[in-house]
Amino acid sequence: MKRKIKGSLLGRMISLLVLLLLVFIILYPFIWMVVTSFKAEADIVSWPPKLFSGEFGLQSYKDIWERIPFLTYYRNTIIFALSVSLISLTFDTMAGYAFARIDFKGKNIMFLLVMGTLMVPFQVIMVPLFVEVYKMNLINTYLGMILPRATNAFGIFMMRSFFISLPKGLEEAGRIDGAGEFKIFRKIMLPQCKAAVISLFIFHFMYQWNDLLYPLIMTTDDSHKTLPAGIASFMGTHVVEYGVIMAGACLSILPILIVYLFAQKQFVQGIAMSGMKG
Amino acid sequence: MPLLLYRRVYTMKKKSSLGKARERAGLLFVLPSMTILTIFVFIPLIISFVFSFFKFDMMFNNFEFQKLDNYIRLFQDGKFFNALWNTVYYTVCTVPVQIMISLIVAILIKKQSWFNSFCKTVFFIPAICSMTVISIIWSFLINKDIGMFSYWLELLGFEMVDLLNSPVWAMPTVILVGIWKNLGFYMVILLAGLNGIDESYYEAAVMDGAGAFQKFRKITIPMMMPTLSFTVVNCIIGSFQVFDQVYVMTKGGPLFKTQTLVQLIYSTAFESFDMGYASTIAVALFAITFVVSVLTFKHMTREEDNIA
Repeated sequence: MKRKIKGSLLGRMISLLVLLLLVFIILYPFIWMVVTSFKAEADIVSWPPKLFSGEFGLQSYKDIWERIPFLTYYRNTIIFALSVSLISLTFDTMAGYAFARIDFKGKNIMFLLVMGTLMVPFQVIMVPLFVEVYKMNLINTYLGMILPRATNAFGIFMMRSFFISLPKGLEEAGRIDGAGEFKIFRKIMLPQCKAAVISLFIFHFMYQWNDLLYPLIMTTDDSHKTLPAGIASFMGTHVVEYGVIMAGACLSILPILIVYLFAQKQFVQGIAMSGMKG
Repeated sequence: MPLLLYRRVYTMKKKSSLGKARERAGLLFVLPSMTILTIFVFIPLIISFVFSFFKFDMMFNNFEFQKLDNYIRLFQDGKFFNALWNTVYYTVCTVPVQIMISLIVAILIKKQSWFNSFCKTVFFIPAICSMTVISIIWSFLINKDIGMFSYWLELLGFEMVDLLNSPVWAMPTVILVGIWKNLGFYMVILLAGLNGIDESYYEAAVMDGAGAFQKFRKITIPMMMPTLSFTVVNCIIGSFQVFDQVYVMTKGGPLFKTQTLVQLIYSTAFESFDMGYASTIAVALFAITFVVSVLTFKHMTREEDNIA
């Protein structure tokens, strides 16, 4: 018995050490990013590298707006991520609700088609998608970036599973009162699914905010580039200014990080859901 | 009571017209989504197959039917096989390591405590950040001239090379950064699976004198099979589509040693403007991912049956 307790104590010590090491490995790059963004360029490139050295200042945060059209990127990202999330959320919820609780002709085949799109990676259709949007004259426009993402098969699937799980006959009360289908949806069904809607919104928002490939092909100049696409192309074309780039990186992570720290549960749910996206 | 009866009769009578109204409402509800999916997913998918037989220029004119030439070119294209090999290399190294580490971490922090939930919060941070930013941070940290990690490794006695410019080390570096980023993501999914296992199984096993490793092998693994197979397939699909870190960290170099399939599609379509042939590669990618994930899923579910 004694040996067992000793063994488990040793096990716990090892696991604690492993976890602490991991916390360090995960956190350190972020700490380095934040500290570096406040350092002067000369201090960053000195050898041997030190985390804290030289003086700290806001120069990088002043420079970033002049070196690259950072404000434009930021604005684009907010417009793109927010519009896509809100519109897609609306359409996904509506479709999910209908697939779950209303019988109509062709429902099964349509739902099968929606599920089928989950099997199609974006990378497979990106060339024709670009050609389509190009032919519509929508390259380098918000509309061209938002429209193709205005609904999401996974979102539909998720909302459908949610609505199916609600008790049967929930809408009957509304029907007896003679409410229309849209009113039933808005007044009775929607209030039931606040948690699911918030998770889905976070999932959409974060996905769009961080996405690189899609905004990269849908924009050809700086006017509509989002943060990831903008920062990535800045990396490729300029002499690297570490402080400035780290300032940009910090600013681009900040909004998501703040929301994450406040709404951690919904965030984790939203991301874990995306795992099912495939 | 009479009122109830009246209502029932009333609804029965009205059913046909009400049913029609409902049906119309249902169609209206799915209309926006179905329209968008049709225009921006179904049609592009069909066009993708059609394009793969054509050659056309940057302005999308001068379509020339190529018969099977694009596919013949594909099978003779060293660049394609190089990218395929790199993608397989990436996937084969990433998937087992990623799942194993994530599973171990999930088991370590399964118990509820403030320290474990702190760990969970921290491990998940990379999962919410863009791969772009993470790739940039890491390419600085391992930079031979200014990088902190590079310096530490040197102190530990490693002879440091310029990792991202080394044909040997570039790919492993890209792989490690991917694993680092996705640790929290897979940990959360696996944690959900772990929490679904009833404690009583473990209690019974302890009664029978099972050790930690036996508990892991005889209870955790079999009970986790559905979650694991899902995670593995997910990880494989994700690995086959790897693009972001390659694009930011190496641009496919050095010597095309990190050029993956998606990166090849991207550069063929949007840098060389060879849209037709890019579609051919895309169709190949689609076929490969499809087959691989179906096979894996079949294999893992059979495994599941064997254990059960």
